Amino acid sequence: MSQTKIAISNLSHRFEIDGREVLALADISLEVDDGEFVAIIGPSGCGKSTLLNIISGLFAPSTGRVTVDGRPVTGLNPRIGYMFARDALLPWRTALANVEFGLELRGGAVRERRERARELLRIVGLQGFEASYPSQLSQGMRQRVSLARTLAIDPDIVLMDEPFGALDAQTKLVLEDEFLRIWERHRKTVVFVTHDLFEAIAMADRVVVFGAHPGRIKSVVDVDLPRPRSVTGGRFGPRFQHLYERLWEDLRYEVVRGALEPPDGGR
Amino acid sequence: MRTMSHPRARWGAQARTNVWRLGLLVLGAGTWEAATRFGVVNAFWVSSPSRIVVDLVKRIGGGEVFFHIAVTLYEAFLGFVLGAAVGIVAGFLLARFEELARVLDPFVTALNSLPRVALAPLFILWFGIGLTSKVVLAFSLVVFILLVNTYAGAKNVDQDLVIIARLLGASRRQLTMKIILPSSIPWIFAGLRLGLAYALIGAVVGEVIVATAGLGFEISHAAGVFNTTGVMSSLIILMVIASLLNEVMKVAEAKLLRWRPRIPGA
Repeated sequence: MSQTKIAISNLSHRFEIDGREVLALADISLEVDDGEFVAIIGPSGCGKSTLLNIISGLFAPSTGRVTVDGRPVTGLNPRIGYMFARDALLPWRTALANVEFGLELRGGAVRERRERARELLRIVGLQGFEASYPSQLSQGMRQRVSLARTLAIDPDIVLMDEPFGALDAQTKLVLEDEFLRIWERHRKTVVFVTHDLFEAIAMADRVVVFGAHPGRIKSVVDVDLPRPRSVTGGRFGPRFQHLYERLWEDLRYEVVRGALEPPDGGR
Repeated sequence: MRTMSHPRARWGAQARTNVWRLGLLVLGAGTWEAATRFGVVNAFWVSSPSRIVVDLVKRIGGGEVFFHIAVTLYEAFLGFVLGAAVGIVAGFLLARFEELARVLDPFVTALNSLPRVALAPLFILWFGIGLTSKVVLAFSLVVFILLVNTYAGAKNVDQDLVIIARLLGASRRQLTMKIILPSSIPWIFAGLRLGLAYALIGAVVGEVIVATAGLGFEISHAAGVFNTTGVMSSLIILMVIASLLNEVMKVAEAKLLRWRPRIPGA
């Protein structure tokens, strides 16, 4: 039916920390379909971020193979958008100029890219803040700008590393809902790393539970909740509860186990 | 803190600060004046505020002082601009080519820790008693300040910004122009402000040692004939000039760094 967008097979990754080798990811195999929303959840130190970095092409895995659209990843891919928990906005640029940044680097015409940046700021609810500098915006607003910047380059794949993790609880709900709304309209492929189980179930088509030390896939669960969804809407239904309990059982074991082991610092 | 930033409250606080400042100035000058009037100290050695004011009025009325001011400012300006330009470019080059930075590090540190003012006699031997030796002295002071600051700025770039730019497709050149350069600007500005003060120091010290014109020459000349009032009034002029230049830099900085968060009291 749908095509495989990202294919990860037998991927392992080692880091060297203080001359000691640490296995960050062990034998990961995962396929993400085109237009699928996959959430990865796991205790800290399970290598979630490392996996995103490898998919993005920031660095190569020690062993194993990652393909995007059937082609092995050999470097940074301009068709991938990547969003961090830290907004990483350029503080000397206005909101508008930050959203424009990706298109500017790609040599887009000034008028068009400005038009598109304006449109995206409107979509993320920041109309009227085009000329504001990041220091004049709240954390939630900065993360909206960051989201607009990620979407401005019109990526096929959006990698998100705890994008709403640094926000307060209410702002987080609002942004999750807005992102769902945008995503359900465009259906890009999304790999979404989070430590929030509610967030994972509410948004994703599939939730992948990671274990730590070394990072590996513990279980994969399909989220068969109907779309369009709202982050708060389905939260109290029986189906949601069932998925939550099922996933929490897997996750709790890993979190407790992770807490009992000395941290490696391997991310 | 929040109520402090209320415009009215802030205005009141500012007015009070200014009253205190004026009071302190009057107290200091008054004590000085009284001490010389009542023979506590000899005005021959320390002059007095009234004598200095009279001298300033006379010199400004005579007009010749503006020539000396112009000479000093011209020397400082040339040394500042050349030193800043070379320092900034060198700072970026060293940040870009790490190997070069490692090789040159001990030399830069050694030259930088040498009190450059001690080089003044040598510069005068090499470049004569005119303009050039003062410009070179000012340059030698400014260039290292800007080099060190620019290098530090370029090295302290937020790595998140570098990664984001690379992910969005920035080339090496774009990284330099659009990330490293702009994020170094606050560091460079801090260097420029310091450098401006040092350029003035360089020019004046050079003139004090040997010159035919300039405020440093005036100071040296006045001191040579035991004219303490003349020395003091030249110092006042220098102080005013240095403060004005610093204010100009502050305004330029505020304009260029509008994006920076407001720091209370800064």
